[in-house]
Amino acid sequence: MPLPSPENFIKQKVAAVQEYSILTGTALSDIFSGPHYWADVFTQMDSIGVGSMPIVVLTGFFTGCVLSLQSATALKEFGAISKTGGLVALSMVRELGPVLTGLMISGRNASGMASELGSMKVTEQIDAMRALGTDPVRKLVVPRIIASVVMLFFLTIISDAVGIAGGALVSVNLMGLNPQTYLADSYRSLVYGDVIQGLVKPLFSGFIISTVGCYFGMKTTGGTQGVGRATTQAVVVSSVFIIVVDFLVSRVMLVIFGG
Amino acid sequence: MSETNSIPGATTQDATQEPPGGDGPVVEFKDVSITFDVKPILKDISFSVDRGETLVILGPAGCGKSVLLKLADGLIAPDSGSIRIFGQEITTMRERDQYKLRAHIGIVFQESALFDSLNVDDNVAFRLHEEHVPEAEAHTRVLEALKFVDLEGTSDKLPSELSGGMRRRVSIARAIISHPDLILYDSPTGGLDPITSTTIIELVMKQRDVSHTTSLLVTHRLQDAFALATHRYNTATGGMTPIPKDAAGHNVDQSTRFLMLNEGGIVFHGNTEELIHSDDPWIKEYLA
Repeated sequence: MPLPSPENFIKQKVAAVQEYSILTGTALSDIFSGPHYWADVFTQMDSIGVGSMPIVVLTGFFTGCVLSLQSATALKEFGAISKTGGLVALSMVRELGPVLTGLMISGRNASGMASELGSMKVTEQIDAMRALGTDPVRKLVVPRIIASVVMLFFLTIISDAVGIAGGALVSVNLMGLNPQTYLADSYRSLVYGDVIQGLVKPLFSGFIISTVGCYFGMKTTGGTQGVGRATTQAVVVSSVFIIVVDFLVSRVMLVIFGG
Repeated sequence: MSETNSIPGATTQDATQEPPGGDGPVVEFKDVSITFDVKPILKDISFSVDRGETLVILGPAGCGKSVLLKLADGLIAPDSGSIRIFGQEITTMRERDQYKLRAHIGIVFQESALFDSLNVDDNVAFRLHEEHVPEAEAHTRVLEALKFVDLEGTSDKLPSELSGGMRRRVSIARAIISHPDLILYDSPTGGLDPITSTTIIELVMKQRDVSHTTSLLVTHRLQDAFALATHRYNTATGGMTPIPKDAAGHNVDQSTRFLMLNEGGIVFHGNTEELIHSDDPWIKEYLA
């Protein structure tokens, strides 16, 4: 396979950024103007939110468990095992809850959006929708953005809660920690800024997952092979974006609320 | 075909959906060109279609027939030239305004393009639901449209449960339900067996002869094109019958015209008799 010329490669990337920006800009302006497809929004909320509950609960719970196990073992050497609750709560609420939930939802839903919209694109269903007088961005993209942002917010809260609960289970049953000590330390260690930081991140992650998934779906070409390619690209790009944006949001939040 | 089938939109037109454009051509292309990557697909295409006329677009595979149809519906934009639909320039029109214009246009896609997650009823009623037509009225109109294409009793089926011919008929029902003033058929018989193809051509003919809807029909099947030119829909028998000779000795439908494309350009534009008697060697070879 011949290597693409650097000029063409750069042009393609710049064009992709331009197309993504236009799609997200159009979708954002459509969010604030009618008509809205609320039935589609609720359908997507069910699919993204309720449908993702099992993986979010399992991931969050076992992340809390392993975090507790590892940190309690290390803290025990310094005689600070009572700080396990605080460490688990801080880690879950600030970082692991939002990031892991974002990555799990990205794997499940960015791929789903890209493959669903990609299939519609290659079978001319998107063109049919336009031909029937319906704006596909309003009908397909906007409901997914609203549903992803709203549901990721709540899924992150659930992930944080079950993570702390999982940590408690391990700390109390395996490490012999007093449950009240664990919970009291968890509660005491969290401050307003931590919670805000942990709840702002899923808003960005939800936006990234839905816009990247829809973008790769809407620009799919090349039949079923193209749908597969779009699905993979959507998961890879959204996962990388989530981690990069997580870093940027963390930096901004630490500046605002302090370390 | 049932002879008692009513024609959606044949007797009533929505007051809010008066066709724009007045008495001028319904479709007008002027020097339209489009290139994909570096390959020119259409070069300086100019033609027009009057109200009530059926334009059959012929040509070999890959000559730009489907592209021309998508240009007419504003689904893709040309690189240069002017396209006027109902007298309105669509090449410079905002997408939002094009959605309004498309309320007057029905399109049947090459592979039907039915929404695979919706059943037949919801597919056919898609546009009515978007226009917030009351459910009872929408249901009545869906039944009428399905009766028109002889597909009563399939309302609850998903597109995957239908045969290729049935999907094409659902696509026609979806295109005509909003009483369009222009219908675009993109290879409606492509990939179908001869009997099913005849059924589809009868439906196209029925829409032409009973509703007198302006239409553009893309096909590479000459038998379909000439069936449209030499037959008319007989409401008494519910099928197509040959057109008898008139006083001038013509036995072809005068509202059906032909446009032949080859290598991105127009090689013929005229009526059936002009096409048959053309001296152009390429056309003779194509028709042979």
